Amino acid sequence: MRLTVDGQSFDINADPDMPLLWALRDLIGKTGPKYGCGIAACGACTVHVDGQPVRSCSLPVGEVSGAVTTIEGIGTADKLHPVQQAWLEEQVAQCGYCQAGQIMSAVALLDEVADPSDADIDNAMGGNLCRCGTYPKIRSAIKKAAALKTAGL
Amino acid sequence: MASVGKIARRTFLIGAAAVAGGVAVGYYYYRKPFPNPLETDLGKDEATFNPYVKIGADNTITIVAPRAEMGQGISTTLAVMVAEELDVGLDQVKVEPGPASYAYYNAAILEEGGPFAFFDESMTAQAVRSGLGVVGKLLAIQATGGSASVRDGFDKMRQAGAAARHLLIAAAAQKLGVAAADLERANGSILHKASGKSLTYGAVAAAAAAMAPPAEVRLKDRADWKLLGKPQKRIDMLTKVTGAPIFGIDVRLPDMLYGTVKMSPRFWAKPVKADLAKAEKMPGVIKIVALETNYGHGFGIIAENTWAAFKAADAIDAQWADPEYPLSSAAISDVLKQALGTNGSAMRDNGDVDTAFADAPRERMVEADYAVPYLAHATMEPMNATARFKDGALDIWCGNQAPTLVRQLCANAVGIEQDKVTVHTTFMGGGFGRRVEMDYALCAALMAKATGGRPVKVTWTREEDMRHDAYRPAAVGKFQARLGDDGMPVAVDLKIASPSMIASTLRRLFPSISPLGPDKSIVDGAYDQPYTIPNYRVSGVAAPVSIPVGSWRSVGSSINGFFHEGFMDEIATAGKIDPVEMRKRLMAAYPAAVKVVEKVAAMAKWGEALPAGKAKGMAFTLSFGSWVGEIIQVADTPAGIRIEKVWIAADVGTALDPGIIEAQLISAAIYGLSAAMGQEITFADGMVEQSNFHDFDAMRIFQCPVFEVAILENFHKMGGVGEVGTPPAAPALANAIFALTGKRIRTLPLSKTVAFA
Repeated sequence: MRLTVDGQSFDINADPDMPLLWALRDLIGKTGPKYGCGIAACGACTVHVDGQPVRSCSLPVGEVSGAVTTIEGIGTADKLHPVQQAWLEEQVAQCGYCQAGQIMSAVALLDEVADPSDADIDNAMGGNLCRCGTYPKIRSAIKKAAALKTAGL
Repeated sequence: MASVGKIARRTFLIGAAAVAGGVAVGYYYYRKPFPNPLETDLGKDEATFNPYVKIGADNTITIVAPRAEMGQGISTTLAVMVAEELDVGLDQVKVEPGPASYAYYNAAILEEGGPFAFFDESMTAQAVRSGLGVVGKLLAIQATGGSASVRDGFDKMRQAGAAARHLLIAAAAQKLGVAAADLERANGSILHKASGKSLTYGAVAAAAAAMAPPAEVRLKDRADWKLLGKPQKRIDMLTKVTGAPIFGIDVRLPDMLYGTVKMSPRFWAKPVKADLAKAEKMPGVIKIVALETNYGHGFGIIAENTWAAFKAADAIDAQWADPEYPLSSAAISDVLKQALGTNGSAMRDNGDVDTAFADAPRERMVEADYAVPYLAHATMEPMNATARFKDGALDIWCGNQAPTLVRQLCANAVGIEQDKVTVHTTFMGGGFGRRVEMDYALCAALMAKATGGRPVKVTWTREEDMRHDAYRPAAVGKFQARLGDDGMPVAVDLKIASPSMIASTLRRLFPSISPLGPDKSIVDGAYDQPYTIPNYRVSGVAAPVSIPVGSWRSVGSSINGFFHEGFMDEIATAGKIDPVEMRKRLMAAYPAAVKVVEKVAAMAKWGEALPAGKAKGMAFTLSFGSWVGEIIQVADTPAGIRIEKVWIAADVGTALDPGIIEAQLISAAIYGLSAAMGQEITFADGMVEQSNFHDFDAMRIFQCPVFEVAILENFHKMGGVGEVGTPPAAPALANAIFALTGKRIRTLPLSKTVAFA
């Protein structure tokens, strides 16, 4: 089975029922997407398939046909994605475990809506749980990221 | 407070050793410093000054921040303490968690373990406090908890930085042949202005580390702080926005296997019958081993990947023995209520409560029964650990709140000496008290004995995590108050029954030690509040239910904050006194408390009229040394009650990083609100009924209110930060709902009675 992840091609030998998350983490070594619930209830595993946010814990790898993007594929420590930059500037993370999923949901939101309202944020981010309660900073970081993106940074 | 005489006749958990003379016996060991654990593992051209500072010849400065980072920002604040005294910026240092070592014992975690409120500064209270600090060193437990890390580190870490600075300057003075007093420091260099000569710290580190440390060092005055007292950029933020592999679950080792566990869904029960054949034959499954630990019994599944292990765990067909505790939540609740009818230990006993109630007229009485459920921690990162047992040595990688205990218990479990165990502590995807437990590390260590030396990463499913916790105890309370002619309470009697978390923790960690005396955590947050009431009694009863219970972000104070402050609101209503005004009057002897209440009331514009369909409630709890008032505004909407806004005022004594403190106060309030709104762990057939976030959810972003926070520094002692925002959250919300709807809710979660938008 061939999988394109963060622009790289991988040949893997996986049970097609294996969730994409475990193929990424255990077979390919992409540990950015996190295991949180296994039932698409917390969003920690969020990645993009062809730009669409999906819960990789509940998507069988055999059903993945598009290109997969994880948190490791949107930016690097030297060249952060505007959403990551905003997360850094707003000092969003506490334990940080859910943040890869939060950021991937926020990236997808901003690709869809350049200047999201509070209601847009509520709708797009409601599936991403954070037990540290970083929601107020997530909201302000999304707004900052929107401004950074608009400014072309 | 209970009088000294009453206390002296009693023992109490943990403190018993200090009171009984452990202080004198242990004096020698207390004075003797622990060896510096950094000395055994120094890099080439690296020098170490003490357990907290290493400097390389290339001027790489490494600070060891030996407390567990679970999101609370402790690695940043501890590093700042050292950096401040070393006169270097945070961007110039590397911060590491350090090895497991007794040198990193936490003394402050036990200091408030005695039966004295934080504001009690009598000689007895102070003597016990310092005695318990000594016990902390004797036990030498390297632990993160009790909101104690900053208080424990504040002197130690600054002294470590100052001592290193002193030696670096002395060495530079010697090398340059000038007087130490003529040298200045900036950004990791030492400068001799007159000659223009300068040396990096690294250039003199080796010489400095060889010099005798100063007997005493002078710490900077607060006015000279450049970093402390100001918000800092967290050192862990970049790794956390880039998805870096920093958590236990991200550990990857050459030749690594994967695994999971399936433990008895009935605590302590053994399997009576188990058919492993189907699971063992599944693709990718390597081996299934029986697991026996002090936490319970079950199976470890070793496989080629985590998914194969999860599927095999599901396929194990096992029957488990009957539990030793009642089967259902209703039956457990009956045991708690029965316990309420037995004699408790009064941890506070002012005046003469029985006499005060003896002739109380009916119309002056307020009576209420309260209850809160068991709660899971539900950290975002499920329990996991990676272990390798090779050539008689065990390596274990995991996020944990007590590395020296991990080392000790895992050594015992696999039957080797402690010095053959290396603990690699990772960042934690949430802790909240869950990762002070050892179950996940023990399981991985035992499974690593069965892999022929290959490392195995053992990840629990969310379901296994939810159903095998050391839960926040359930509790019930029976309360009564007598009002005076002015509506103010003249007598308050609070009795609380709950399983003992100390006894439960000892059973898991040190089964050979039997608990002594009453468990103060049963009444924490109720007996130690800054109210003066002429007749005021708070007693606790340990209820005999053996479901595992343990630490949970503020534990007892999360229970009793709700009990005490809900009941105070009822007293105010019955006495027809504004609840803010009543608290200010009862708190008059504690100016720090009054100032917190005044501040939060002013922020929330308490007393100003609100539009129809909106209301506010307030609560106050002193916990872990910090005085916290919260006011919550709720609104009635067609979809249910919406939490609109939360105001928090907190007196932490000294605020070392206002940015992190504000984030923690909000975080802790959301943690408390999540529980109050909808969380409960219930039991049927001796098993936990909840399994995942669909039936044990937490607040979502669309439910999150707007927060406004004020940090005060009025009290002369420093308080904790990580937990103190939790206790007032639930009662402030329940009191707001009462103000909105007239419904007095005395049982959590609130969702049993009202719906939330």
